[in-house]
Amino acid sequence: MRTYALLAWTWIRAAAQYPVSLALLAVATAVVSFLDAAAILVLFSRAPRIAGFTAPEVLFLYATSALSFTVSDLLLGTTEQLGERVRLGTLDAVLVRPVSPLIQIATENFSARRLGKLIPATAVLAFALPRLDVPWTPGRVAMIPLMAASGTAIFAGLWVLTAAVQFVLVDSHGATKSLTYGGAFVTQYPMTVFARDFVRGVTFVVPLAFVNWQPALYVLDRPDPLGLPAAARFASPAIAAVLCAAAAVAWRAGIRHYRSTGS
Amino acid sequence: MGVLAWVWWYGLRRHAAYPLGSLAESLTNTAFGFVRAYVLLALWHARPALGGYDAADAVTFCFLTQALIGPVQIFGGMDLTERIRNGDVAIDLHRPVGLQGWWLAEDLGRATGSLLLRAGPPLAAGTLLFPFRWPGPAGLAAFTAAVALGALVSFAIRYLVALGMFWLHDDRGLNAVTLVMSLFFSGMILPLVVFPGRLGDIASLLPWAAQLQVPADVFLGHRTGAGLLGALAFQAGWAAVLLAAGWLLTRAARRKLVIHGG
Repeated sequence: MRTYALLAWTWIRAAAQYPVSLALLAVATAVVSFLDAAAILVLFSRAPRIAGFTAPEVLFLYATSALSFTVSDLLLGTTEQLGERVRLGTLDAVLVRPVSPLIQIATENFSARRLGKLIPATAVLAFALPRLDVPWTPGRVAMIPLMAASGTAIFAGLWVLTAAVQFVLVDSHGATKSLTYGGAFVTQYPMTVFARDFVRGVTFVVPLAFVNWQPALYVLDRPDPLGLPAAARFASPAIAAVLCAAAAVAWRAGIRHYRSTGS
Repeated sequence: MGVLAWVWWYGLRRHAAYPLGSLAESLTNTAFGFVRAYVLLALWHARPALGGYDAADAVTFCFLTQALIGPVQIFGGMDLTERIRNGDVAIDLHRPVGLQGWWLAEDLGRATGSLLLRAGPPLAAGTLLFPFRWPGPAGLAAFTAAVALGALVSFAIRYLVALGMFWLHDDRGLNAVTLVMSLFFSGMILPLVVFPGRLGDIASLLPWAAQLQVPADVFLGHRTGAGLLGALAFQAGWAAVLLAAGWLLTRAARRKLVIHGG
């Protein structure tokens, strides 16, 4: 953990060498991630309800998804470039250093600009929460930090898992983006928008529905379109734990089986 | 062939060199197409005939724009920036053809390669799984012209951003700002016909509309006759203005450039 903080700070200082660029980047990153919220606002400027959900409810989903995704992206997002390192052979240099390869790769180019993404997520959450038409109970209030934490863990697991795939399929990064970035995009919308089979896929195959949809059903007191038992709404932490464990195993297997380019 | 035709050809070859990587990218484009299509269908379910589109138009728009992400490079960026950073641009400036023309030819080659390799999967998914609207032969011909002009406008904007490197020495900030404009005002996030009132009017006049919204409208057959000529003229006009700005900025950059080292 100390190593992570130290390396992250080093990269932040490196980025600060170009101050104009850094400032533009932080602002622009915030605005880019706000674009998805702007899209939701534009959609609801044309219809009061979409797929049975109101604007504050969808913004609540956007905010919880964006919050989880941003924190996980901040911590582990750069692992997506693993395939590039394998191709260039720079992973060898990482492996000979006395620090965990995952920490080195995760902190590389660690940039304060990604913090900019937290601004729209938290601002939209603060905007949406008081506008939700739900009777607040201690359980519902407690669910919000819990879903943010388990959502972050689910995305963290996905980052590491998709990075581990790149040990084997070096070119797969283009496709695995549909799980990480695509996952962040899917979870911004209520699952009632999507076809039933699509929802089954993001529930049982890739557990994206547990990032925020299932807990949100509890917070918003809505029926589940798939008719899953009520326990599913509280399953996110368990799902996150399983996914992270699977990711850890896959990562270790990837490191162990890594052969250098050999030239 | 003239030298620029060769540059175009090598650009195409270079960017078509990793077909598997391109296929992976286009799978992600397709996956995002699904999500966007469902969201648009939900909106059109609540508001049929919104902005003059029906549900099939909206879905077609969605998969078509996903297919064009690569060709018009909606996420920005150009290899020229790296060459300005490390000084290799000095070699480019020594060539007997202008910097802008050289990179335009290279970029159109890239766009062609990307169209060939990345447009297929999203269009196939849209055609097979959703109500999809293909144009007739005349419509396709007009669409080809509109895509070519869209690629030209896309290049002109990215070239201006790349030249910003001469002054800022780091392109990421400027890239990020133009990314916002390019995503939101091209129709990538939502079709511009959905934008309410004044916002929609302004968005349809900006150069980014020439990248995706106009080609998509042509594809859907919403621009015919004089409207079609107007749409192509709109694209060509922006292309001319932006390329002229790029030419002026290239002259200024030539005076600005100092090559380090010896």
